Amino acid sequence: MAVELFDLPGGSGRSTAENVTVVPTEWSRQDAWGRLRCRLFNSVRMNYRVKPGIYAVGAADGRSPVLVTANYKLSFDLLRRELSGFDAWIVVLDTRGINVWCAAGKGTFGTEELIRRIRATRLPEIVEHRRVILPQLGAPGVQAHVVKEHTGFSVDYGPVYARDLPAYLRAGCRATAQMRKVSFDFRERLELTPMEIVPALKGFGIFLAAVFVLFGLQPEGILFHSAFNNGLPVAILGTAALLSGTFLTPLLLPWIPFRSFAVKGFLAGGIATAVLVFLLPAKALQSAYLQAFALLFFPAASSYLALQFTGSTTFTSISGVKKELKIGLPLYVAAGAIALVLLVLYKLQDWGIGI
Amino acid sequence: MKYLANVVTLELFPERCSGCGRCLEVCPREVFAKNGKTVRIMDRDRCIECGACMMNCSFGAIRVNSGVGCAAALINGLIRGGEPQCGCGGNEERGESCC
Repeated sequence: MAVELFDLPGGSGRSTAENVTVVPTEWSRQDAWGRLRCRLFNSVRMNYRVKPGIYAVGAADGRSPVLVTANYKLSFDLLRRELSGFDAWIVVLDTRGINVWCAAGKGTFGTEELIRRIRATRLPEIVEHRRVILPQLGAPGVQAHVVKEHTGFSVDYGPVYARDLPAYLRAGCRATAQMRKVSFDFRERLELTPMEIVPALKGFGIFLAAVFVLFGLQPEGILFHSAFNNGLPVAILGTAALLSGTFLTPLLLPWIPFRSFAVKGFLAGGIATAVLVFLLPAKALQSAYLQAFALLFFPAASSYLALQFTGSTTFTSISGVKKELKIGLPLYVAAGAIALVLLVLYKLQDWGIGI
Repeated sequence: MKYLANVVTLELFPERCSGCGRCLEVCPREVFAKNGKTVRIMDRDRCIECGACMMNCSFGAIRVNSGVGCAAALINGLIRGGEPQCGCGGNEERGESCC
């Protein structure tokens, strides 16, 4: 895949005396549009980058603070937007377009790259002091004491969120306890749900095609009216399961009981399915086999989808997710197998070869 | 919000701890607290095993099996065999993605 390096919205195309590009702190319309597209499309998000190197904000000089970030353009944009009214340097590490937290987990936002980038940008010649400010969420990838040993630069871990940077800088680079905590509020969860829904749509398309074929399949061939009449209730239940796993569970996370994501997703999907089965006209799901299938398969699907959200949260651990998978995966496979048997039984009954 | 109880691998060796407080600074989950001249684990279940404390402890007083708590990455690893692989970086030519 071709990697697109974005031209920075330089505007005036100004540079400092050291020939460092000066970037504005305001966002252009393209910047705002880019953020939206990142949240919606994997292909945009995976190729949304700025060139690694050093940039200036305001009238940066030898005494200005140095802020380090990733070369995911959205990370860079969120940072520079908070620097309005400040004079500062921004050092962009090559994280292959990945945000600080994920890149730190992989080590690309890491000790080696930071040491290399400090040297490559000739930072020691640009600033008189020997401090760099890293976002706190870069800490899993960086050994501050090793950076100091190799470059002479001390690492200060700044706030978790760029929005706290102005207060942090004004306080002489001191973070309050509040600035050091990750949050995961309703709005943040909402912003991340498209990333769950959009990838799940691929599987959902396959599901719809399977429903069409299965319910349309009659001894005479695939009949459209049969597919539509019998398949529609199942397609509706499928949509509900999709939304409950990828949207409702993430949004209502703190209020759904139990800590396990699989259990949360199962509960949400179970309630959604039960309510719909109750609301649908009686003839929609006449077969007991079909009802049993719905009550088993859709909560399980919602559970599986909800489990995927673990990667987007700020409070899951790898040991915890491993435990969920160890218990959950065999159950999903079993549920899938039983659901398939129930469907076959339903179909046999439907064709009158019934048991 | 807290995740599953009693699963994390975080360990602290107080005899090696100098009490510098770097772990308190880098931990995004307030897992540690000052305990006189050293540090203690205040709430283990809050730990997300990100590894920031271990990486930044120059005294080797903290150990944790760090990684990302991402089901997609772990399932990917199971299917392909080997390590959890989220495909966010390094192997993006395969068109995978996550965070």
